Amino acid sequence: MPDVILVPHRDVTTEPRLVRGLLVGVVLLLIGILLFAPLAAVFASALSEGLRASLESLTLPEVRSAIRLTLMVAAIVVPLNAVLGIAAAWAIAKFDFRGKAVLITLIDLPFSVSPVVAGLSLVLLAGAQSSLGAWFAAHDIRIVFALPAIVLATLFVTFPFVARELIPIMIEQGRAEEEAALTLGASGWRTFRTVTLPNIRWALLYGVLLCNARAMGEFGAVAVVSGKIRGETTTMPIMVEMLYNEYLSVAAFSLAGVLALLALVTLTLKSLLEWRHADVLAATRRH
Amino acid sequence: MNIDIDCLEKRFGADRALHPVSLSIPSGALVALLGPSGSGKTTLLRILGGLEFPTAGRVRFDGCDATGLSVQERRAGFVFQHYALFRHMTVFENVAYGLRAMPRKTRPGAAEIDRRVTRLLDLIRLPDIGRRYPGQLSGGQRQRVALARALAIDPRMLLLDEPFGALDAQVRKELRRGLREIHDSTGLTTVFVTHDQEEAMELADLVVVMSMGRIEQVAPPSEIRAKPASDFVRQFTAA
Repeated sequence: MPDVILVPHRDVTTEPRLVRGLLVGVVLLLIGILLFAPLAAVFASALSEGLRASLESLTLPEVRSAIRLTLMVAAIVVPLNAVLGIAAAWAIAKFDFRGKAVLITLIDLPFSVSPVVAGLSLVLLAGAQSSLGAWFAAHDIRIVFALPAIVLATLFVTFPFVARELIPIMIEQGRAEEEAALTLGASGWRTFRTVTLPNIRWALLYGVLLCNARAMGEFGAVAVVSGKIRGETTTMPIMVEMLYNEYLSVAAFSLAGVLALLALVTLTLKSLLEWRHADVLAATRRH
Repeated sequence: MNIDIDCLEKRFGADRALHPVSLSIPSGALVALLGPSGSGKTTLLRILGGLEFPTAGRVRFDGCDATGLSVQERRAGFVFQHYALFRHMTVFENVAYGLRAMPRKTRPGAAEIDRRVTRLLDLIRLPDIGRRYPGQLSGGQRQRVALARALAIDPRMLLLDEPFGALDAQVRKELRRGLREIHDSTGLTTVFVTHDQEEAMELADLVVVMSMGRIEQVAPPSEIRAKPASDFVRQFTAA
């Protein structure tokens, strides 16, 4: 009887142990330096004089108004950009029309233009020197250095997030499922609600979370259009900068910590949702 | 229901997908639209289903003008090329979709929907898959679910776009028989698109051979073989 020659199990796509260890190590190190260390530093500085000092600094009236303003801006901008993003992605993915390439490029514009430039152009358009601004001033409507300009600037800067997430997935999914719903007698709105929206919900959620994070964190464009009126048009990031410049480092880092916590909460929320719906996700992705 | 197609034309910009074509489909027939890709067969099927609208010409259902009818008003059971099952819904919900989408007045109750979906799943011989998702089914099962979903709305006709295109040979033979049985038991006027001449010849009562947006011949399979109307028909059906 011939000897059985045992061949050790090999996997073509697996690298030697040393290479694997090295790659994983490098990634962990980079994450540590680039992500974890700064975050830890923020919280360490915030708590350098104890939790009580940190929490007290958050009760300052201008700090509280900054938190309120940021939450309000996000609450206006995120739903608007979710709707606008869905509309833009829908138009691009499901229809053929002239100027489609131009529209795709325009959607990316906010990513390629510096937020400061975006802010400045808004000031030029709606500021007191322009005819539009003069008309608003005559009707006692404040745009620049007030909430409307902050909302508009944030809207501009965060516009691409939802649309960018949705366009590739909507193109990939094509029109067939929507057409099937229509042939089964569903109205356009019902088709959108029961077929289109459920198919894009995870991409939409991800886009909304990114949009929200950026809407709360936007600095450049808001700094230009808000006029930085203390306690009135200062959002959280701008308040952080002001406090830091005034050597109120506990207050500055505490507020920065709140901003970071808000981001962490949204990410946790997303992971939680994905974990809870893991079975449905797996079943629908295989299709 | 019989279908009359009268000088139907479809242009996409400068391209003509359909030259004016005319065709009469008798009630209860099982018809194959046969032709190579780009012959206009899918465009014709989509016009019948209300998913495209003709540039010129008329479509009549039982003698009544249906050219302007919306896709929902046509009540055509449509089976798509890759089935287009709703991937986020269970098989049961897929089949029930058309029933739930009915206007409130005519919409059946929950128990009645349950009964009708169960009956349809029995009809396609897959009684136990109601709770699965489309991603968990084989190609042949998906095709049958798509058929059940299309039948759920009690359609006036059945339109199928390459219904066997994505399946392997064994399953294909089996499902051909399945479609024939469903056609015979429902008596629905059925039109299917195919580029496979063997499939058309074996399954259809009437074969419509198309090429470059024109109808080359309309005849029963035996006649197409015996008396091809043009060189194209001879060559295409000999292949």
